[in-house]
Amino acid sequence: MDYKDYYKALGVERDATAEDIKRAYRKLVRKYHPDVNAGPDAAAAERKFKEVGEAFEVLSDPEKRAAYDQLGANWQEGQAFRPPPDWDAGFEYSGGRNPQADRDQFGDFFQDLFSQRAGFDRASRSGAQMHAPGRDHHAKIVIDLEEAYKGGSRDFTLRKPELDAEGHIALRERAIRVTIPKGVSDGQHIRLAGQGAPGIGQGKPGDLYLEVAVTARPGFWLEGRDVYMDLPVTPWEAALGARIGVDTPSGRVELQVPDHAQPGKKLRLKGRGIPGRPPGDLYAVVKIVIPPVETAKARQLYEEMARETRYDPRKKTGG
Amino acid sequence: MAAQKTPDPICEVVTALTLIDLCRISGSTTDWVIELVEEGILDPVGGGQSAWRFESSSITIIARVRRLQSDLRLNIPGAALVLSLADENARLKLRLMQMETDPPGAMAGPESDR
Repeated sequence: MDYKDYYKALGVERDATAEDIKRAYRKLVRKYHPDVNAGPDAAAAERKFKEVGEAFEVLSDPEKRAAYDQLGANWQEGQAFRPPPDWDAGFEYSGGRNPQADRDQFGDFFQDLFSQRAGFDRASRSGAQMHAPGRDHHAKIVIDLEEAYKGGSRDFTLRKPELDAEGHIALRERAIRVTIPKGVSDGQHIRLAGQGAPGIGQGKPGDLYLEVAVTARPGFWLEGRDVYMDLPVTPWEAALGARIGVDTPSGRVELQVPDHAQPGKKLRLKGRGIPGRPPGDLYAVVKIVIPPVETAKARQLYEEMARETRYDPRKKTGG
Repeated sequence: MAAQKTPDPICEVVTALTLIDLCRISGSTTDWVIELVEEGILDPVGGGQSAWRFESSSITIIARVRRLQSDLRLNIPGAALVLSLADENARLKLRLMQMETDPPGAMAGPESDR
């Protein structure tokens, strides 16, 4: 287990006041909140958000802070750490005071220090996972665009924090086979009946709800059921118009590029987005690719065009 | 992990949730969900509360609103604003990323081919 510097996580000094800590925490929560940082940065922001939450959980609680402080100031972030025996002897704890905090997500360091001791938080954690009848569970899975189009069956590994008999938290992994229905779209949920928490006594088990995130490879992006793709064309195809073959997620199609197609022009392929009722549309977005000037002939052709067309793109001509 | 010989679980896409379903799955009260509808955060189809049908993405939206409320102490209109800005921001970032990573060969100049 590595030592965690909670003061560093919040960017405050060791002698910071409770007010300083709260201010630093609030600022960082706004910055790293996973719901504010959707998109490509989400994972990094979420990691940081958990760190900040864990640090605040300890430093905002005078009892935990005092216990943590008495480990001493000489530890370095990431240093291998083992709590001294009875490190918290003599401290009196009143239990957690921040029930919304997702403590089960905190790291080993926190769990070792604060979760294994009788009297720490035990009562306040009961709300999350231990109710009868079985509670519904929620998780997120990531599939790719092809799977959304075609459906399929695949194993996913879910990790779930669980309490053992002594109240220790352990992450338990389970593999679960998920049949991905054809046409599932980003943000939809798949229900796996009876795969949530087991019921207690006669209670039925809960369900497992999987939120689906659809990722697209570079050159593709999604808006709901509509799918967008870059359509690379040559300057002459864009200028003169052309009939071209395009590989789409649902197979190869013939597409008519109109003449004088400017970059960014969207060509709509109705019903070729993510399948469904109604299906989404596919938009091929024109992207003009300039061929490299690799031969004398190519150079000559460009020069000829420059000479003959006298086109000035800086001049507003309405074209 | 021990090999478990259980049949593959039945998977179904969750669609057209009623108000009651949505409250049960998300652990919310009806009053609170109605407030989210009134604020335009949730957008069910169908007229009248008993006829409302929600997309399953509402489950995620509810979880996000709840986290924003408890973590940032936002009220519902504040959470609504943050959600729409964050979604727009994510969309733009993704688009920007797509534009910055050209597919192989695209826009290749003479230098990049050497």
